[in-house]
Amino acid sequence: MANRIDEKFAELKAQNKKALITYIVAGDGGYELTEKAVLAMEQAGVDIIEIGVPFSDPIAEGGTIQMASQRALQRGTTLKGVFEMVARLREKTNIPLLLMLYANTIFRSPDFFDKCKEVGIDGVIVPDLPFEEHDEFKASADANGIYNISLVTPVSHDRIKKIAKVAQGFLYCVSSVGVTGVRDKFSTDFDKFFGEIAESAKIPYCVGFGIRDGETAHKISRHCNGVIVGSAIVNKVAEFGQDAVPEITKICRELRAGLDS
Amino acid sequence: MEKIGRFGEFGGQYVPETVMNAVSELLEAYEHYKNDPVFIQELHDLYRNYAFRPSLLYYADKMTKDLGGAKIYIKREDLNHTGSHKINNALGQVLLAKHMGKKRVIAETGAGQHGVATATVCAYFDLECEVYMGREDMERQALNVYRMELLGAKVTGVDSGTATLKDAINEAMRDWATNIETTFYCIGSVMGPHPYPTMVRDFQKIIGEEAKKQIMEAEGKLPDCVVACVGGGSNAMGIFYDFIPDTSVRLVGAEAAGRGIDTPDHAATISKGDLGIFHGMKSIFLQNDEGQIAPVFSISAGLDYPGIGPEHAWLHSTGRADYVAITDEEAVQAFEYLSKVEGIIPAVESAHAVAAARKIAPTMRPDQIMIINLSGRGDKDVQQIARYRGVNING
Repeated sequence: MANRIDEKFAELKAQNKKALITYIVAGDGGYELTEKAVLAMEQAGVDIIEIGVPFSDPIAEGGTIQMASQRALQRGTTLKGVFEMVARLREKTNIPLLLMLYANTIFRSPDFFDKCKEVGIDGVIVPDLPFEEHDEFKASADANGIYNISLVTPVSHDRIKKIAKVAQGFLYCVSSVGVTGVRDKFSTDFDKFFGEIAESAKIPYCVGFGIRDGETAHKISRHCNGVIVGSAIVNKVAEFGQDAVPEITKICRELRAGLDS
Repeated sequence: MEKIGRFGEFGGQYVPETVMNAVSELLEAYEHYKNDPVFIQELHDLYRNYAFRPSLLYYADKMTKDLGGAKIYIKREDLNHTGSHKINNALGQVLLAKHMGKKRVIAETGAGQHGVATATVCAYFDLECEVYMGREDMERQALNVYRMELLGAKVTGVDSGTATLKDAINEAMRDWATNIETTFYCIGSVMGPHPYPTMVRDFQKIIGEEAKKQIMEAEGKLPDCVVACVGGGSNAMGIFYDFIPDTSVRLVGAEAAGRGIDTPDHAATISKGDLGIFHGMKSIFLQNDEGQIAPVFSISAGLDYPGIGPEHAWLHSTGRADYVAITDEEAVQAFEYLSKVEGIIPAVESAHAVAAARKIAPTMRPDQIMIINLSGRGDKDVQQIARYRGVNING
């Protein structure tokens, strides 16, 4: 069976468009808010959505997503609850959905990838599972047709080649060293970084970490096939709580316009 | 794919891609320098002339007579410069950082002993040093915070999560990912991604090597039992390692049972934990059914960690070492006991080992020998013990 992520990128390529990928922490403000936000983001022109499964100790995240994870956990968010939420969403949308979560969450859930397939998850992003540990979950992910999205960073250098070789779906390019969060500026030499990536990548590559508005999305998109926006969305939930959906729609429209301009 | 840095199924390199290049660079540098005669000589000179090694192996005559079982020797790591075994590892790693051309060193600390040791060696080598410490630990170990600042280090409080050791490690890892090209992360225990568990054990194994030589000189035979406290497990790996092939030597780790392992307030990872992946390694962790890392509790900030080094998990799984859980109350009693009986005030961490020894030694014969690793001195803990006992010493 074809993966929705591949289908989406084929569709975008045919339309000559860049991918807009967004991230939201599941259960931040409650499952219902997350569900509404996911559907609103699709309506506002988002192509792929990453759903963060909150973890007690998210070492790759900056303050924004750390706090969102903590809020979600305090509300009693669980992996089981996230799967149920995704199952409800799948009745309403065909948008590619990924789970972003830490290795221990998968490790402690023996039927994790079967559940992913059952509810309609297309891929996972595991920030603490580098190339060296890539085969930890490979067999069960492959058996269920779930992609494991690989990350590369500006300090990956000669690792990019071997990472690109095993990458599925799209390559997640981290714009700058450090943790997630909006940034005022990027210090990475993008021409060099994306030069290295373009040489190795046989699949689309998208950029995340630090993209905060339509303008930054527009500027960075000339280097890649799409952008990933997380903290800027999560900030809206932090700021507006249950009233965040219109604000999320607004920023997604702005990002879409930035990418399409 | 070939798996590196494993102890059985435990260990590995479960860290974000951003730090993987630095981890690989560290591995390469460590593999080179550990066999470099110049580096080895420098380190041993520092051990001898700066850290005051070899540390004494002290025969605890009164304790032996009082407990009426095994002959008890105490390995006096508390007499090292900076007051604990942590200096052994800090010297090794910061010397390595210096050779690698790094200008900035970061560390996490729980009780503050590793932070103090790292700050000390950074002062010695003129390197910038920043130490992450949980806010709660800063309060219970205020003296060590001041010591680190005195040594020129910046101490950064961590408020996230439980504001203790695991959160300090999270924050140090985030700093490392952000300043990856200039910064060396000096991990304080036998934990984290490969090569840290192996490297830190190698820098600590001198404890066991000395102890073996010293006990052979004093008694002409191997000990029957070696006891050490275990948080992440660096002092225990340090004294255990050289005895692992000597299967007649029983190895015992004492972990923190806090208010008791049947309460939620403990840090007894081996007793109550499960296999998981966290802080760069596959090992045993205290966690809930969905793999969320559990809050932990211990009177000892140095043992207040929800995981254990992968080599300990392996020693446990193979049955080579035993792990026992010691409550706060037992540790405080042992703290007072060693102070009164031998005139040695142990760190509250090390008091867990003393408490385990008090249980095990009476079950042994007088012709048998036990070595307790006294990993640190207790000056830093006096105020907290007084508070635990309800004594106000602040006037």
